[in-house]
Amino acid sequence: MSPDTNKGIAVKVKDLEKKFGDFTAVNHINFEVKQGEIFGFLGPNGAGKSTTIRMLCGIYTPTSGSGTVAGYDIIKEQYKIKEHIGYMSQKFSLYDDLTVEENIDFYSRIYNVPKNEMAQRREETIKLAELEDFRRALTGTLSGGWKQRLALGCAIIHHPSIIFLDEPTSGVDPITRANFWSIIKQMASQGKTIFVTTHYMDEAENCNRMVMIYHGTMIAMGSPEEMKTEIMKNEILEIIVPGAEHYLDEISQLSPIKETALFGVNIHAVVYEANKASEALKDFFAKKGITGYSVNKIKASLEDVFVSLIENYDAEHKGK
Amino acid sequence: MMPAMNIKRIMAIANKEFIQIKRDPRSLGLAIVIPIVLLLIFGYGLSLDIDKVRTVVWNQDGSSQVSRDFLLNFENSKYFKIIGYTDNYRDIVRALNNGSSMLALVIPKDFSRYLRSGSKAPLQLLVDGSDSNTATIAMGYVKTVVTQYNVNLFASTLQQQGLGPPKKADLRSRVWYNPGLNSRWFIVPGVIAMIIMIIAALLTSICVAREWERGTMEQLVSTPVKAPELIIGKFIPYFVIGLIDLAIGVIMGRFLFGVPFEGSYLLLVILSMLFLTGALSQGIMISSIARTQLLASQLAILTTFIPTMLLSGFIYPIFNMPKAVQAATYLVPARYYLVILRGLFLKGNGMDVMWDEAVFLIIFAVLMFGLAIRKFKKKVA
Repeated sequence: MSPDTNKGIAVKVKDLEKKFGDFTAVNHINFEVKQGEIFGFLGPNGAGKSTTIRMLCGIYTPTSGSGTVAGYDIIKEQYKIKEHIGYMSQKFSLYDDLTVEENIDFYSRIYNVPKNEMAQRREETIKLAELEDFRRALTGTLSGGWKQRLALGCAIIHHPSIIFLDEPTSGVDPITRANFWSIIKQMASQGKTIFVTTHYMDEAENCNRMVMIYHGTMIAMGSPEEMKTEIMKNEILEIIVPGAEHYLDEISQLSPIKETALFGVNIHAVVYEANKASEALKDFFAKKGITGYSVNKIKASLEDVFVSLIENYDAEHKGK
Repeated sequence: MMPAMNIKRIMAIANKEFIQIKRDPRSLGLAIVIPIVLLLIFGYGLSLDIDKVRTVVWNQDGSSQVSRDFLLNFENSKYFKIIGYTDNYRDIVRALNNGSSMLALVIPKDFSRYLRSGSKAPLQLLVDGSDSNTATIAMGYVKTVVTQYNVNLFASTLQQQGLGPPKKADLRSRVWYNPGLNSRWFIVPGVIAMIIMIIAALLTSICVAREWERGTMEQLVSTPVKAPELIIGKFIPYFVIGLIDLAIGVIMGRFLFGVPFEGSYLLLVILSMLFLTGALSQGIMISSIARTQLLASQLAILTTFIPTMLLSGFIYPIFNMPKAVQAATYLVPARYYLVILRGLFLKGNGMDVMWDEAVFLIIFAVLMFGLAIRKFKKKVA
């Protein structure tokens, strides 16, 4: 094994860039993923998440920059990387016209699983996917959640130390998502490194650390807690008032208030400083003669952080 | 560094492909039924032999023995079929218009009188020239019959004058390899080449495009499987199907159409495998250009069917084509394979006279395989 794995670094990239013609999909990003971590790679669709994951998995060659995955060079040792990682693409790409067992055995052979271990790995995977009763069912007949777990099982049939999951929960129901995350956490507890992309901010709470990426550029990195406290420069006030939507625009005009958004029936106001903003709101409602309201400082959610970071980015890059 | 190819992985791909073919009876049916249908259509439908030319006759000199003797020459020839006699132009025009006749022969009233008086006896031949090729050949037949009649007439005149038979050169032709000049013998090997080209390119291009379309290719390229392993693995089942199609072609050719097979079956299989490798690689290339099954199948048919049909010498002789088109035929692999097939079927050729074609097939196979791998790799990265 290479020196990097000894130090407990599973993934490391430096100045990683990928261009498609004139379009820069990934713009000089830097980060490290520690062994055993659940590492989130967050961003809206088209931000460069899949492009990055493909470079890390040895599918794409970077335009510039360098990096290692499981200690292997992402430019020179792509085949080695492929042997040591598991990758699950967005569409849980299994063969619909093969049975559950045939799909599993196919990936066993592709990953060179020794013949005498194939039966055992097959059982492992079937157990993981809870498909004991559907071994000989055509994969195309399975529902989304089963397909997703089977795809995961096939992707890790060779017991890789790092698992890359590209939008693993897109298009499945909330219960299946929760179930899937418990599998991911279990694998991490066994020492596997999980690198997961998602655009669901609530899921990101499950990650140990994360990177936020937007227009191919890294806009933040840290643990969920760090994101919400250190990285989030602004504070959030929740305003509860009947008919909140009527005051939205007027409130956003108040000077201590940066912006407002409706969350359900309430207003979330991003403010520069909570106390000042509370005072301004008090005056505002007093002038209107409204009494039945409340203003509370709340903790920013990852979604708030992300929206705020994106708005800062857009403001900085306006006109460019 | 790229490690050596892994046989286990190749077999895993091949095995998966076999299962998928088995589960999709349509593709299997396509691979078996299309060859049979094509052979039947071309074998029975596409006869390039022109005989039984439909002819209508108006003998205005019907009362004379001379004109009736003259017509016997047509009646007794297998190249003509007299569909009717008439006594007016209206019928002739109708017969030529509605296609029931290709030729109309009009013998003038004074035919026998002219002949007796020793002057030239005019004959009128009306020809439907809308199919110019057949019309030319049919006119040639008429000319031959008339010339022969004149020669006989001349000989008998000489004899009547006590001068004995005229001196003449006597051509005796003997046709080798296809003594009956049966065009079916010539067509069947061409159909086989066409079938193999189409089926091989079509099926592989569809099966690779399907993996792109369904997203399974995305998963595959993340595994340690290498481009040559993937391509060879995919080749194996279609190779088998291609050889089955070859067998169907040879069996139907021999036993249904009576085409002889004079050459070596071993050579047939080896040279066909070369051709198949090229055709399969072409299919992979196509699927790398066209990501959807629909586009891939259209491209596959377009780039195999038309060149094989028109530019391989299958139907139209290459030496008749304009120089620029002739040059283009060198790029059509079926051109070489066709020479080999005809050589094996009809002439019993061995490698001694087929080396050139074999070398071209090897070049085609190696080039296409290399291009297929390159194109595939480029597309992935």
